[in-house]
Amino acid sequence: MTQEQIALAGTGAMRLGRQEGEVIDRRRTITFRWNGKQQLAHPGDTIASALAAAGERVFSRSFKYHRPRGILTADHLDPGCQLQVGDEPNVRAAHRLVEADMDVRSQNTWPSLRFDVKAANGLVGRFLSAGFYYKTFIKPERLWPVYEKVLRQFVHAGSISPDTAHDYYDKRYAHPDVLVAGGGPAGMSAALAAARAGATVLLVDEQGALGGRLRWGGPAELHELHRLTAEIAAEPGIEVLTDSVVGGRFDDNWVAVVQRNLPNVVERLVKVRAKSFVVAPGLIERPYVFEGNDLPGVMLSTAARRLINLYAVKPGERAVVLTANPEGDGAVADLQRAGVDVAAVVDARHGTTVTRARGRSGVQSVELSDGRRIDADLLVTAVGWTAPTSLLNMSGDKPVYDPRSARFRPDPARLPDTVLATGRIVGDGSFSEIAAHGAAIGREAARRAAGIRARWQTQVPTRTPGEPVAEVPAKPVEIPDLTPAAHPELFRGHTHGFVDFSEDVSSKDLFTAVAEGYDSVELVKRYTTVTMGPGQGKLETVNAVAVVAEATGRTIAETGTTTWRPMYAPVTLGALAGRIFEPVRHSPMQAWHERQGAVPLVAGQWIRPEHYGDPAAEVRTVRNAVGIIDVTPIGKLDLRGPDVPELLNLLYVNKWNNLGVGRVRYGVMCAEDGVVLDDGVTGRLGEQHYLMSTTSSGAGTVWEWVENWLQTEHPDWQVHVTPVTTAYASINVAGPRSRELVGRLAEGVDLSPEAFGYMNVRTGTVAGVPDCVLWRIGFTGELSYEIHVPAAFGLHVWEALMSAGADLGVAPFGIEAQRILRLEKGHFIVGQDTDGLTQAYTAGLGSLVKLDKQDFIGKPELTWQAERGGYPLLVGLQPIDGRIVPAEASQIIAGGRIVGRITSSRMSPTLGRSICLGQVEAGLAKPGAVVTVRLIDGRNIPAAVTPQLAHVDPEGERQRV
Amino acid sequence: MMLLTCPWCGPRNSTEFRFGGESHPRPRPDAATPEEWRDYLYFATNPRGWSRETWYHGSGCRRYFAIERHTETNEHRAIDERRAAEARR
Ligand SMILES: [Zn+2]
Repeated sequence: MTQEQIALAGTGAMRLGRQEGEVIDRRRTITFRWNGKQQLAHPGDTIASALAAAGERVFSRSFKYHRPRGILTADHLDPGCQLQVGDEPNVRAAHRLVEADMDVRSQNTWPSLRFDVKAANGLVGRFLSAGFYYKTFIKPERLWPVYEKVLRQFVHAGSISPDTAHDYYDKRYAHPDVLVAGGGPAGMSAALAAARAGATVLLVDEQGALGGRLRWGGPAELHELHRLTAEIAAEPGIEVLTDSVVGGRFDDNWVAVVQRNLPNVVERLVKVRAKSFVVAPGLIERPYVFEGNDLPGVMLSTAARRLINLYAVKPGERAVVLTANPEGDGAVADLQRAGVDVAAVVDARHGTTVTRARGRSGVQSVELSDGRRIDADLLVTAVGWTAPTSLLNMSGDKPVYDPRSARFRPDPARLPDTVLATGRIVGDGSFSEIAAHGAAIGREAARRAAGIRARWQTQVPTRTPGEPVAEVPAKPVEIPDLTPAAHPELFRGHTHGFVDFSEDVSSKDLFTAVAEGYDSVELVKRYTTVTMGPGQGKLETVNAVAVVAEATGRTIAETGTTTWRPMYAPVTLGALAGRIFEPVRHSPMQAWHERQGAVPLVAGQWIRPEHYGDPAAEVRTVRNAVGIIDVTPIGKLDLRGPDVPELLNLLYVNKWNNLGVGRVRYGVMCAEDGVVLDDGVTGRLGEQHYLMSTTSSGAGTVWEWVENWLQTEHPDWQVHVTPVTTAYASINVAGPRSRELVGRLAEGVDLSPEAFGYMNVRTGTVAGVPDCVLWRIGFTGELSYEIHVPAAFGLHVWEALMSAGADLGVAPFGIEAQRILRLEKGHFIVGQDTDGLTQAYTAGLGSLVKLDKQDFIGKPELTWQAERGGYPLLVGLQPIDGRIVPAEASQIIAGGRIVGRITSSRMSPTLGRSICLGQVEAGLAKPGAVVTVRLIDGRNIPAAVTPQLAHVDPEGERQRV
Repeated sequence: MMLLTCPWCGPRNSTEFRFGGESHPRPRPDAATPEEWRDYLYFATNPRGWSRETWYHGSGCRRYFAIERHTETNEHRAIDERRAAEARR
């Protein structure tokens, strides 16, 4: 179709002439697809309004009975207007604006919207009765797979594609003084008053524009709308978020707002910490329960008014209007102005009501309680309001039922000081009364926010002395009364109809549930799933409560409501997940490793080289020549002060008083339950200066652990703790030729065994880089130097080692080779060879633990462990068949019982056989004992306990040279 | 998410903190019976009302501090940890 043809055709048979408050842009026309067919729309149309303008009445099929459904509310709550848009399911089509080339499809229809085979289910009563989940799909169990297939056919949501590209979801924090939920007349007035009182204001509305019900009102309402909108636009203290919903209110006014109308962002989750929270959601119009109340063509008065006034869509040709309030009367006037033939106005205030709507795919006639039957294709109902108290409930409120106005009202006495309500959720009134209430609430919200701001200011001890604290008016703002107008109680007519349109639950189902004994509204909800659909009770709850009250013979107040929980509106998982802020850590040498083809290993946040192609060859290089490994992630804490030895004595199980300057000692830390927490070496660099190393994974934990003990138990000790893990790049140079290699680059350090022996530390210059720390330790069991280099020079020193050692056969080695080397040497790894139950004696640390120290962390439990005896023990193990490497965590069994497990296992390149560490029960922890290891494939193999943990060089001769 | 007032930084989101649990004085390690020690390690009174707790402001000043918090209302007030430690001696 050409633009010209489109312009001639117009956007549909039901499109009206220009309406004063219309939000569509008639100058432009766009096309989109509806179930594959081309449709026209104006920018500003919602998907539903464009389809309604084209004369469509059926938008979807209902969940259980597959009944045709059309427009009910014409807003985001509309249960019949959930459609598939492209690969996005469950789009609220009476809220989402049409965009050019959108591919819109109806959901829940097979084979087509018009001919739905499953509509036959309407005839199969037993299958889908109240509690049908519980009754139908229980027995026999062997049919469960069949049931699953049946249920799959009935899934009423849209479809998602696993190939859908991941879109961008955003996150933002906001700290307004006042957050206003709801941009109708009350919310706008509150925002203006609060901003004029000096508060920063965030004003949020679910619609595409501010104004609430003013938007679809008459000339007077539109006049007020334009005035308020202009004033808000001119007020710099107000930020407005439209097409955004306040989803939940949590402790201390932590409020989740989901914002949708941003370019290039699907949704943004705004995390708001509001000092004052003003709840002004207005009212939700309540459907009426009667036979045929779900037929396309039955709609709420607010729906008819939205269609006519916002979108210039004629809702039908011939109407019956059931009205019990001024808004319903307003709908009559709108319909007449729109040229709809209003066949009858049924005034419920005088006792007449609708008993039934008849028709197949839409209303054809309406039956009244006075016996009349009127032909009509449109039935508009205006029978009362639901107060959406959800956000108030989340704030601790318990709304109370007011029979005079036939609705629930917030109980202001139960609201915290930081939450206020205004607008029609509180009461009814003229526009000026509502605006005055809103303004008073806005001023009071600003006053309370100022009080909180002043209190926060004085709670910060670091504030500038003498800084003035803002003055807060002491006198609360006087809030005018706002009382709900009297309204007849209208919930169910004389017949049964749908209470929950999303879940296909009828008033008859609720009666059945009560008759079956589910007489509490919370039980009825779970049994029938009433109020559990996408609307989460916003349309359904009050009718459900009223029907349960009727069925049980109780009052509505006695029946009470179900609980409103977050979120107020459906929120996507993408919005909750948002962007991911997980940092990735690299050593300064990582780029070099990658260039050399290192296989990356993810270790917590760190990416490290696992190996460079052949870990066994890397092991042989270290045993025969010299290798270098990047150990930057090793935790490093700089400790300074006179009380460091006291601290070390407390943290470690061994003694630290007599560690001389230049010496290094190995230590193990336990928790207060005696379980091994971490290990590492600490060296004394100066009189009051120490450097502690921790495991890589324990770097953060140990730092906080040390601070905890210093700050809470020993605040009198003088120790400064500075984490320096990433201030240094750390390189371990290991192998018989490591002394030769380091000697070529070190200046000012005498590397001779006499001057720099095993377990010593020196500082000096390496490859021209001053202030390096070298310690002579041996995790690999070889002569080795661990060099800590100021991080910026890490790559330089690494490359210097590689080139200086070329003739020595130097090669880099990765974590895997290091793990093999240490296993050959029998060094345990905390968290690998120990677990959350492994106390120090079990880890084989008996000779390290010094129970004669006055105190250390875990001492009582370790004292008792030693006294108790009989604990499991970490031992070296070698399978008798040295070709078999049992998987780590393989069980060790005896007499049908698990008596231990393999904690580490590898093929040893040095010994040419498999080697293990394992924990076994005390009786088996004897050198030469043969235990049974159960392999993953179920085979049992024998393995012998070795004399020591070390499989290679148990005397330690290689590392002490 | 509740706001927690750090004695050093003022009111902050509770996600900036780590909850250290109820704080009970550490028994003397050389004198405690196993019952006393395990009571200290594993048991909390979990009162409905005022509870003495340790919090760690890990994403802020990195101070550990003790507060008394009302478990029903989250109202809380700071305790001077140094003075409390001295009082325990
Ligand atoms: Zn702090």
